[in-house]
Amino acid sequence: MNFGPYAAFILAAYSLTTAVVVALILWVLLDYRVQRKLLADLEARGVTRRSEPPR
Amino acid sequence: MTALAALLLRDMRLAVRVGGGALMGVLFFLLVVTMVPFGVGPDLKLLARIGPAILWIGALLATLLGLDRLLAADHDDGSLDLILMGHAPLELAVAAKALAHWLTTGLPLVIAAPLFGIFLNIDGSAIGIVALTLLVGTPALTFIGLIGAALAVALERGGLLLPVLVLPLTVPVLIFGIAAGDAAILNAAPFGAPFLILIALTLTSVVIGPVAAAAVLRHGLD
Amino acid sequence: MEWIALANPSRFLALAERLLPWLAAATALAFAAGLYAAFFVAPEDYQQGATVRIIFIHVPGAWLGMLGWAIMSVAALGTLVWRHPLADVALKTAAPIGAAFTFVCLVTGALWGRPMWGTYWVWDARLTSVLVLFLMYLGLIALWRAIEDPARAARAAAVLTLVGAVNLPIIKFSVDWWSTLHQPASVFRVGGSTIHPAILAPLLVMALAFTLLFATLYVSAMRNEILRRRVRTLRLLQVHAAQGA
Repeated sequence: MNFGPYAAFILAAYSLTTAVVVALILWVLLDYRVQRKLLADLEARGVTRRSEPPR
Repeated sequence: MTALAALLLRDMRLAVRVGGGALMGVLFFLLVVTMVPFGVGPDLKLLARIGPAILWIGALLATLLGLDRLLAADHDDGSLDLILMGHAPLELAVAAKALAHWLTTGLPLVIAAPLFGIFLNIDGSAIGIVALTLLVGTPALTFIGLIGAALAVALERGGLLLPVLVLPLTVPVLIFGIAAGDAAILNAAPFGAPFLILIALTLTSVVIGPVAAAAVLRHGLD
Repeated sequence: MEWIALANPSRFLALAERLLPWLAAATALAFAAGLYAAFFVAPEDYQQGATVRIIFIHVPGAWLGMLGWAIMSVAALGTLVWRHPLADVALKTAAPIGAAFTFVCLVTGALWGRPMWGTYWVWDARLTSVLVLFLMYLGLIALWRAIEDPARAARAAAVLTLVGAVNLPIIKFSVDWWSTLHQPASVFRVGGSTIHPAILAPLLVMALAFTLLFATLYVSAMRNEILRRRVRTLRLLQVHAAQGA
């Protein structure tokens, strides 16, 4: 596969896009873990929501 | 109707009194026009070429910077709550406030523009045309900015947030205002079409601005 | 009835848990097919050469940037008319994802323009309107970050989103008009409407892949936002309980 004289531009475009997509995926995954952990901590301390049965 | 007229007169009186910001906009406008030659050099030909653009951008910035006082002062002293509870439709009340704001800050810019045009080496008839485009276009800036002013009050955030939100929305007004103004200095450029579109943009924003601002205030201040 | 059930955040969470693995798998498959087609099947353009391969990510970026704002407009109606918390969540989470895809579109456009047009940035009508769209995304994100109470921020953002939705076609039209007035002489234009099927097919597969990626990220981000709001509610309850005791 030959990209011709503009290989650097094609490579840069694809790697930048990959970087953005990876950043989005990491943001989503890490955020999920953080929120899950915070929620678990709060529930472990006995803080519950109204819709759940009271202690 | 009398309530709206009273609101209009009150706002105009407040703007020209001590502590009002009526002439500050013109002063800022003059400063922008003065600063540009320091940036691009004192070449009179170049200044004449970009003159309408400088006047328009100066007017845009001067209008935007005055906007955070449009609703914030009334919010601080509680009179905005009275307007919200009043019988007059909120859309018309904020429209009256925006009109008062334009008459005290936008109109002085339009009147000052011919004088500042001389600094920029724009010739006589062209100055008139640029001032005409400003007269027709600046209300659009105020009424679009009204949305930003309402957001600033509802979010209790002033400063740079307002121009950041409002500036992209003013792109069409700037494009057609400067295009019509350019027609005055470049013989090839058309005048009628951009000028009519500028009028259309102003009329559209006079409708959309108050409706959106009223929606922001109703939803944001409860 | 299906849709009403979906509007319950807990139901949405349950559905998201079941849906996400499938969405992610479909995204990976579509990308494998799309990238293979883009690099090994698609021929080089007789004018653009190999740089045509940038188009396969540039165009989907533009399309999803615009789709993001369309989704936000629908969510904004949900926020203002029904005051539904899930609509707030949908409104908020679409902004950063839409902005990211718009950014991809801008950067790849610049990298395509440098070999093709001889410059990274051209004040071309399409590029300029996408830039304005990107700036509006950034303004909206700034608005979300300016205020802590999510319900109040949602209503302000909803109005701004709808004003933006009304304005975007006007901005597009004005920028097109402005661009034809100031058309630079040296820009050589690429025929937009006549795309050869050999290029179009990989482009469509890549567009599908990016759309699936958008959906996966969007559902995950909405799930995270719902959890974040639960954490916030629980913390507020905790404070109230402490004060009451």
